[in-house]
Amino acid sequence: MNKNTKGSALANYSQLLVPLIAILLLVIFNLFRDPSFFSVGITTNNNGDPVLQGNLISILNGASELVILSMGMTLVTAASGGQDISVGALAAIAGSVFVKVLKSQGGAISPVLVVGAFLLCCAVAMAFGAFNGALVSVFNIQPMIATLILFTCGRSIAYWINGGATPTISSPIISAIGSFVPGMPVPTPILIVILMGIFFALLFRFTTLGLYIQTVGINQGAARLNGINAVGIKLLSFILLGACCSVAGMIGVSRLGLINHETLLINIEMDAILAVAIGGNSLGGGKFRMLGSVLGAYAIQALTITLYAMKVPSTDVKAYKAVVIVLLVVMGSPKVKETVERLRKRAGGKRPAGAGKEAA
Amino acid sequence: MEEGIVLTMRGICKSFPGVKALSNVDFTLRRGEIHALMGENGAGKSTLIKVLTGVYAKDAGEIRIEGIEDAISIRSPQEAQNYGISTVYQEITLCPNLTVAENMFIGRTPGRSVDWKGMEKKAGALLDSLGIPARPKQQLGSCSLAVQQMVAIARAVDTECKVLILDEPTSSLDDKEVAMLFRLMRELKARGVGIVFVTHFLEQVYEVSDRITVLRNGELVGEYEVEKLPQVELVAKMIGKELEGLSDIKRRSAVAGGAEDVVYEAEMLSSTECRPFDFHIGKGEVNGFTGLLGSGRSESVRAIFGADPVTGGRVKVDGKSVKVQKPYDAMRQGIGYLPEDRKRDGIIADLSVRENIILAYQVMKGMGHPLSRAQAEAFADEYIQALDIKTASTDTPLGSLSGGNQQKVILARWLLTHPKYLILDEPTRGIDVGTKTEIQRLVLKLAEEGMSVTFISSEIEEMLRTCSRLIVMRDRNIVGELTGNELTQERVMHTIAGGGKEDE
Ligand SMILES: Nc1ncnc2c1ncn2[C@@H]1O[C@H](COP(=O)(O)OP(=O)(O)OP(=O)(O)O)[C@@H](O)[C@H]1O
Ligand SMILES: [Mg+2]
Repeated sequence: MNKNTKGSALANYSQLLVPLIAILLLVIFNLFRDPSFFSVGITTNNNGDPVLQGNLISILNGASELVILSMGMTLVTAASGGQDISVGALAAIAGSVFVKVLKSQGGAISPVLVVGAFLLCCAVAMAFGAFNGALVSVFNIQPMIATLILFTCGRSIAYWINGGATPTISSPIISAIGSFVPGMPVPTPILIVILMGIFFALLFRFTTLGLYIQTVGINQGAARLNGINAVGIKLLSFILLGACCSVAGMIGVSRLGLINHETLLINIEMDAILAVAIGGNSLGGGKFRMLGSVLGAYAIQALTITLYAMKVPSTDVKAYKAVVIVLLVVMGSPKVKETVERLRKRAGGKRPAGAGKEAA
Repeated sequence: MEEGIVLTMRGICKSFPGVKALSNVDFTLRRGEIHALMGENGAGKSTLIKVLTGVYAKDAGEIRIEGIEDAISIRSPQEAQNYGISTVYQEITLCPNLTVAENMFIGRTPGRSVDWKGMEKKAGALLDSLGIPARPKQQLGSCSLAVQQMVAIARAVDTECKVLILDEPTSSLDDKEVAMLFRLMRELKARGVGIVFVTHFLEQVYEVSDRITVLRNGELVGEYEVEKLPQVELVAKMIGKELEGLSDIKRRSAVAGGAEDVVYEAEMLSSTECRPFDFHIGKGEVNGFTGLLGSGRSESVRAIFGADPVTGGRVKVDGKSVKVQKPYDAMRQGIGYLPEDRKRDGIIADLSVRENIILAYQVMKGMGHPLSRAQAEAFADEYIQALDIKTASTDTPLGSLSGGNQQKVILARWLLTHPKYLILDEPTRGIDVGTKTEIQRLVLKLAEEGMSVTFISSEIEEMLRTCSRLIVMRDRNIVGELTGNELTQERVMHTIAGGGKEDE
């Protein structure tokens, strides 16, 4: 009865195929273009510490915010069957709160203050997430429409938090978050991504959240009849996305040492949604694989960096990106999968089937 | 092609990952015949039909249709439609908020502007000629399920229809509605349409069909004329062995007659969907709600489980007052509920068989206590064996199982929670004859072990066999209660029809 478990286990991974192939193609393309593209070197930074450097590192590093947002976006997509387009705006709000708290003590930035600032901005972002989530789960508003509200006014709220200014912060602690911790050659954002990954892995390992989110996303009514609090699960997914926004916002602010509410993580919501789609997750909700979205996010970042490395003018980058993304999304579509499956069957299944064909 | 034959399928093969759903199946349909397609759950009936209607691409074999020289290939339901092959699926796929006429013609009015007046006239004429009791301007949602189904059929046969396929069309209809449907089928038959009829109801097969094709495990067993195949033999051909008699099932009243301790008790319980009613069930008792479709029997049990918002009433479980507002509350009290509409309320189609089986149990264990993979696997295997669920593996998505096997998975889900009170609303819908008696036996065995069961079924015989007390409903009210030797078919019918008890 279990003869086919191997086949279905493979099927479990096939979803990761598209982002992996995308990344692989980009790697090969870049190696042809410039064999030294992926060489990783060690240099000394301003503080005299040895740090890793190279295109590979900057792809991994630069993708951090996107990866973190796409983790949360995966959950929202799965549970609600829709997407949150306010993540960029919410990250800007979170970043503004972060800076506001740091500025509140008249310049002295202690580790305790940074922790406090992060906790507060996280709480604020989660509250906004809960607001979005309530619109979606309690009032049954389409996620895109519900989050359109915050998408529109989020950056104004961020503006208002710091009184319209774009304050700068300079502190060794902040630059440690945004670039390198002294003595650590790996950029901190990459480490934060790993921490977030571990957080979600543990969450799925030690709670039933994954099962519940998928159940709610697939059949909300049936989920309720099995005792699952469907409203609560959707709400929770938006709150978790809010937390992801605050982490992304903090990284973004720390990188630059300032908050610019107009430009911080601008347009990132579309990339986050795309990362989810490229990762083979259905945008209609239901089954999900967070690892797919993470790989999707790295693929998008790799594409962006490649285009910049090819000196494509930044105005054209979007167009090129669009072309590649259309290809990726089509590659992962059910229609293409079906056709591939059929072709494979035709190639492999000649032997026994022949008998029936010739019978006439 | 031979004279009188509208459709032949030869050597049809179809596999899915891990299952050979059809191997070398032949099927022949003649003009003006009703041809029953029979077989156990998972035998391949629906798959054969989906191959014929272009939902699945066949791996091998050929399909021929009257009037076309060559073998045809059907790549989509639209193409099947163009060849004159129409299908009505078990789940009604029309739009309840459009009118009957709109439902019949929309999506197929060729050309630019819709001629509403003409459409209504045409719809009216067609409905009349087929004897369907619906008005063109009526909203579809306001018709009974049976009439909706008949509208779906009218829509299907309106086009140049040579072949009409009905996949389990009667499983949610009551006797009167079935009779209505059969009249329609005979009318179409007289017009020369070849009808393929899939069902698990043997009596219905013998009532309307001319010929029977039997499948077993994806293989063709044979094609028979109805008169030459006695019922027992048909069953033997379907399951590959003789069916054990139903006679030993009759023991129930001896087991669960005088149940003393009341497990569940409700006083003036009401929900948004049902009027206040009183109800109780004793330990080890099997009782049932009966009545016509729409009489409120499903709504009543939904209120017990908290499936619809509860609006009032007092509930006691094991003598203690409790609050049951939502399904989770009921589950905490040890109540399980297998819903009537499996597709809408039961299955989580994209999740695996394993996840579907453990779902309710997992929810009761709590969010912080996930089952280990090994444990889940063990539970799933246990119930796949116990209920003989046909699936390629525990990882197979539930949606790809055959209808009857999906139903068994949902049953497994609730059995795994070991409820003390289990509500089964149409548990045998879409389940084959062999398994049906297995499930009835199982219910009685569980009751013997002390579980209380409320059973709802459109088949009165099934309820008479299992229940020791029947609560009869009509027009959303309880109109009678039958026990002991009142439990006869005539008596039940009589009470349902309204001649029944004095307490009206
Ligand atoms: N899309 C699919 N993917 C994988 N397996 C499938 C799919 N559809 C059907 N099967 C498998 O093919 C077999 C035949 O299924 P089918 O639905 O044809 O049975 P059936 O005779 O209609 O049964 P039932 O009486 O329960 O409806 C089953 O084992 C089922 O699990
Ligand atoms: Mg079927």
